[in-house]
Amino acid sequence: MGEEPLVRWDWIGRNWPEILELAADNLVMALVPVAVALLAALPLGLAGARWRWFYQPTVGVVNVVYSLPSLAVFIVLIPVTGLATRTTVMVPLVFYAMAVLIPAVVDGLASVPDHVRQSAVAMGFTPLRRLLGVELPIAVPVVLAGLRVATVSSISLVSVGALVGRGGLGYLFIDGWQRQFPTPIIAGIVLVVLLAGLADLLLVLAQRWLTPWSAARVAARAQARPAAGERKGAA
Amino acid sequence: MNWLADFFGDPANWSGPDGIPLRLAEHLEFAGLSLLLAMLVALPLGLWIGHTGRGALLVVLSANAARALPTLGLLVLVVLLMGVGTIAPVLIPLVALAVPPILVNTYEGIRGVDADLRDAAYGMGLRGGQVLGRVLVPVALPLILLGLRTAAIQVVATATVAAYVGLGGLGRYIIDGLATKRYPLAVGGAVLVALLALAVQGLFGVLQRFLVSPGVSGRQKIR
Repeated sequence: MGEEPLVRWDWIGRNWPEILELAADNLVMALVPVAVALLAALPLGLAGARWRWFYQPTVGVVNVVYSLPSLAVFIVLIPVTGLATRTTVMVPLVFYAMAVLIPAVVDGLASVPDHVRQSAVAMGFTPLRRLLGVELPIAVPVVLAGLRVATVSSISLVSVGALVGRGGLGYLFIDGWQRQFPTPIIAGIVLVVLLAGLADLLLVLAQRWLTPWSAARVAARAQARPAAGERKGAA
Repeated sequence: MNWLADFFGDPANWSGPDGIPLRLAEHLEFAGLSLLLAMLVALPLGLWIGHTGRGALLVVLSANAARALPTLGLLVLVVLLMGVGTIAPVLIPLVALAVPPILVNTYEGIRGVDADLRDAAYGMGLRGGQVLGRVLVPVALPLILLGLRTAAIQVVATATVAAYVGLGGLGRYIIDGLATKRYPLAVGGAVLVALLALAVQGLFGVLQRFLVSPGVSGRQKIR
């Protein structure tokens, strides 16, 4: 036992197809809830940005849901959605993602400068066109920052579902623990972190592509600034 | 709902080593100890980084890593490598996951204090340490408390999962209930854990109310 290496690469090689299958399952179970949550958070966030009385209670409810431990929620859902089903794991993840995304949408819309909004009104934009053409694009960086947090957390949270029989890569943790064999556990952790990092990177690239002006503005500002350090404190 | 009546109505669940009071005490002990250790590490570090601006990259990296790391995997790995028996191997992941939220929020809180306010404090003749203690910390307190709350909730949740690797606490009901297919036991445990998380959330609401200066929280208008 003492001679046993920490990672048995041959085990990973032999089980690679199964590991990939678990990783794919993990991704589906993590990303579908985030997508659903984004679709739900957009209208709720819009309503919250418009009406203060709507925002406070929504955030209150969402914060309470967010504080509930995932394992406890999985257990309570089992009679409704079944043991070891994807749904049991995905339903709570929708709410966790919404808890991050609703404030992100509200903050994003709040980040639209008032003079920009007024310019759009003065140019004759209808409220809907103003929303789609001006306000939402400006809100993109803040919303995407929330989306990155939600996506990364979701990918890693799925693995807790292994305790109720369906946890994507989390199965490797249970498997490794039951056989007292570290290789699957290490492989699982590394893959979860890799998938989360990859998803995060894709979202950063998406932001570059969706908001080309932010890169242009940084470049313009760098050129306009005569000397470094002059505008200290303003940053 | 009948399950809950079965669980909470059973006198056997209220006493002895597997009784609710003892399990709750265990849960609070592990969670409290982990949170305390995490605070001892993260609060001074966050204050120092926020005040000096050195090592900000570390803060960002730790926050991202903590979000991506799967708690169950980390728990199982550390306990497998270090062995069961003492609670130290379980405390390591609990503390490791509680440090980043405290660190990030403390750092952000201190760094986000209005530069004019900071300058005014220096202008009044306060020194670095005094500025930190009398001006920056009170102003940053809402964010610091938010970090502590996030960490506390995280620790309560992770301590539940830690029952899987043999830790006591309320998670035992869930893990044992699942393992022996006694569903009322698992649901009862889940409800208790959820209630505990809500109580923690409420406790921090009260702390916020009493600790944050009325001038900072906006409860008292400054003329």
